[in-house]
Amino acid sequence: MSNSHNQESSYLDYKGRFKGIFAWIFSTDHKRIALLYLYSIATFFIVGALLGLAMKLELIAPGKTIMEAKTYNGVFTLHGITMIFLIVIPGLPAVFGNFLLPIMIGAKDVSFPRLNLLSWWVYIFGAAVAISSQFLGNGPPDTGWTFYAPYSFRTTTNMLPAVLGAFILGFSSILTGLNFIVTIHRMRAPGMSWLKMPLFPWALYGTAWIQLLATPIVGITLLMIVAERTLHIGFFDPTLGGDPVLYQHLFWIYSHPAVYIMILPAMGVISEILPTFARKPIFGYKAIVVSTLLIAFIGYFVWGHHMFTAGMSGTAQFAFSFLTFLVAIPSAIKVFNWIATLYKGSIQLKTPFYWAVSFLFVFMIGGLSGLVLGSLATNVHVHDTAFVVAHFHFIVFGGVGYAFFAALHYWFPKIYGKMYDEGWANTGWVIFFMGFLILYLPMFVLGIMGMPRRYFDYVDEFSRLNIVSSLGAILMIFGLIVIILNLVRSARYGKTAMANPWGGPTLEWQISSPPALENFNEIPVVSKDPYDFSNVKLG
Amino acid sequence: MSTVAVHRDDVGSKIGMWLFIFTELLLFGGLFIVYAVYRYKNPVAFHLAGEELDVTVGTLNTVILLISSATVAMSISAVQYGNKRATLSYLLITILLALFFMINKYFEWSGKFGHGMYPGSEKLTELGQGEVLFFGLYFAMTGLHALHIIIGVTILLIMLVRIMNNKINKTYFVQLENSGLYWHLVDIIWIFLFPLFYLIS
Repeated sequence: MSNSHNQESSYLDYKGRFKGIFAWIFSTDHKRIALLYLYSIATFFIVGALLGLAMKLELIAPGKTIMEAKTYNGVFTLHGITMIFLIVIPGLPAVFGNFLLPIMIGAKDVSFPRLNLLSWWVYIFGAAVAISSQFLGNGPPDTGWTFYAPYSFRTTTNMLPAVLGAFILGFSSILTGLNFIVTIHRMRAPGMSWLKMPLFPWALYGTAWIQLLATPIVGITLLMIVAERTLHIGFFDPTLGGDPVLYQHLFWIYSHPAVYIMILPAMGVISEILPTFARKPIFGYKAIVVSTLLIAFIGYFVWGHHMFTAGMSGTAQFAFSFLTFLVAIPSAIKVFNWIATLYKGSIQLKTPFYWAVSFLFVFMIGGLSGLVLGSLATNVHVHDTAFVVAHFHFIVFGGVGYAFFAALHYWFPKIYGKMYDEGWANTGWVIFFMGFLILYLPMFVLGIMGMPRRYFDYVDEFSRLNIVSSLGAILMIFGLIVIILNLVRSARYGKTAMANPWGGPTLEWQISSPPALENFNEIPVVSKDPYDFSNVKLG
Repeated sequence: MSTVAVHRDDVGSKIGMWLFIFTELLLFGGLFIVYAVYRYKNPVAFHLAGEELDVTVGTLNTVILLISSATVAMSISAVQYGNKRATLSYLLITILLALFFMINKYFEWSGKFGHGMYPGSEKLTELGQGEVLFFGLYFAMTGLHALHIIIGVTILLIMLVRIMNNKINKTYFVQLENSGLYWHLVDIIWIFLFPLFYLIS
C-alpha cells in the first residue's frame, strides 16, 4: 500500500487555483496550513530565543551590562508574550496536530478546512498586533506576560496592543480546538473506535477541550483590562472599588489550564515516538488515555497555586495545594508507562528517540520541582524567585520544546519526503541538551538562595551561578543553530525518505512521504490496535 | 485550493456551533463571576444602583427578545416544510424585533449618558465605589450583549439573502439552524442579564 500514491503529486507540489505564495496562504489543506504555522512559529521562536539570550547576557554580571533596567522589563515581557502566546500554546496542536490529526484518524482533512485557514490568519493578525506593541508610541509593555492589575492599566507603556494581541490569539486557539473536537468526533475512519485511536489524537482531544473551555475566560479578562484602560470602567482598580486579586484568579483560571494545553500534546508526541523506537506496543494504553483526560479535568481546579502569597484563605490554600498534588499523579502514571514501554524493547537509537528520552529526564525534574512549588510552606520561600523560572522552563521549554524537536525529527521524513542528517541532528541535540541543563539547573539553586525573578540586577553572591547559567544559554543557542541549519538544509538536500523509515505502526506511515493532496486514495478501514507492530514493514 | 470533493456533515456543523456557543457562555461567565463577587462585597450599593434602571424598558426588551426567539424557531420549521415565503417573513420579523431592541437600548443608554452616568464621569465617581462597579458592569455586560445582537442580526441578514437565493432550502438548512442557535444564545444571555441588573433589589 505504501507506494500506491507515487503517481499522484504530493501536497507540496500540488498546483491549485493560486500560484506562488498564495497557493500556501490561501490553502485550506491541513498539511499546508500546518507548514504555515511551522514557519511562522519558527520565526517567532528565533526572536523569542534571542530575547532570552539577551536577558541571560544582561544577567552575566551584576549591574548594567548590555541594557537599561527599563529595557530589561520590556525584553522579559516580550519574551514571555512571544514564547507563551505565539509559540508554546499554538505550537504542537497547530503544527503537528494540523498535519497529523486527520492522517492519524484516517481522514482527508479536518471537519472545517476553511475555519482552519481562518485560524491561521487570525493567529498572524494577533501576532502582528502583539508585536506592534514594541514599536508604537510609548515603549514596549513592561508588565510581564501576566498583565497583573493594577499595574497593567497604570503603566504608560503600550499595553493595549499586547493585551488585544493576546485576546486575538486566544480566538485562534479556540477555533483550532473546536475544529479538532468535531474532527475527532466525526471523521474517524471506519473501525477506528475511541480506544483504537492513537495517543497523539487523544492528547489533542484533551487539549482541544481545554482550549475551548479555558480560553474564553482569559479573553474576557483581557477585554476587561482593555475597558479599564480605555473607558475607565472599574473592574480591578482598587480606587474604583475593584479587586486586583480577582484579576489574578480570572487570569489563572485560564493560564493554569493553558500549561496543560502546552504539555498534553507534548505527552502525546512522546507516546507516539517511544513505541516506534522500542518496537513494542505502548504499555498501558488505556491508563494513558485516562490520565490525559484526568489531567485536562483536574487541571481546571489548581489555578490558585499561583496565588498562595496573594491573599487567600487557609482553606483555599489547602484545597489548591491538595489538588496540585493530585494533578501530578496522572502525569506520573504516564512517565511510568513510557518507561515500561522501553523495558525489554528492541531500541533503535535515532534522533527522535534521544529527544524523547531527554524529554523524560527534564520533564521529571520539572514535575518534581513543581511539587516544591505546590507545597504551601516551600512555596512561600521560593515564590517569585529564579526557582519558579527554572521550574517553568524545565516543564514548558523542556517539555514542549523537547517534544517539539522530537516531533520535528520524527515526522520530518513524512512532512518533506526527505531524511535529515542524523549525525548533525545528534550533535545539535547533545549541545542543546548540555546547554539547557547548564542554563537552568543553576537557577534552581539561585532561587533557593533568594534571587528574585524579573530583576535585571543582583548582589555579588549570586554572580558565580549566573555566569554559569549565562554560558549555558550561549551553548544552548549554539545547539539550536546546529539543529535548525541541519533541518533547513535537509528539507532541500536530504536523501529521499521512504514511506515508513522508522517502522511506525500508525496510519501516517502507511501513506507516501510526503502525503498526497488528500492523504488517502481510499479511506482506510481500521481493525488493529494503534500500536500493533505485527504487520509493520520498514520502507 | 479547495478540497476536491465537498464534504458535507450537518451533524458535525451543529456540534461545532454548540461548542462555539459554549465558549460564548464562558466569555460572559467571566463577567458573571465578577458581578457575583462585587455584588457580594457591595450589597447595598448594588441594590440602590439597580433601582436606577427602568424596569419597564427592561421588561419590554425581554419580551421582544423572547418573541424573536420564537420567530426564528418558526422560520427554521418553515424551511423544513419548504415554505420559503414563511421562512423569509419569520426571519424578517426576527430582524425587526432585534432592531426594536436596539432602539430601546439606545434610548436607555442615551438617557443614562444625559444624566451624566457613564464610566469615568464625575457624577458616577461621586456616588461611591459600589455604584461605580455596578454601572461599570452594567455598561460592559449590556454593551457586550448589544454587540452580540449586532453580530446576530448581521448573520440573520446573510441568512435572509441565502434563503432568497435558494442557497438555503428544504434539503440544506443547517446554516439557518446554526444561526438560530446563535440567536437563542443571545436571548438566553439577556434572560440572565435582565434580572441581575433590573430586578434583584
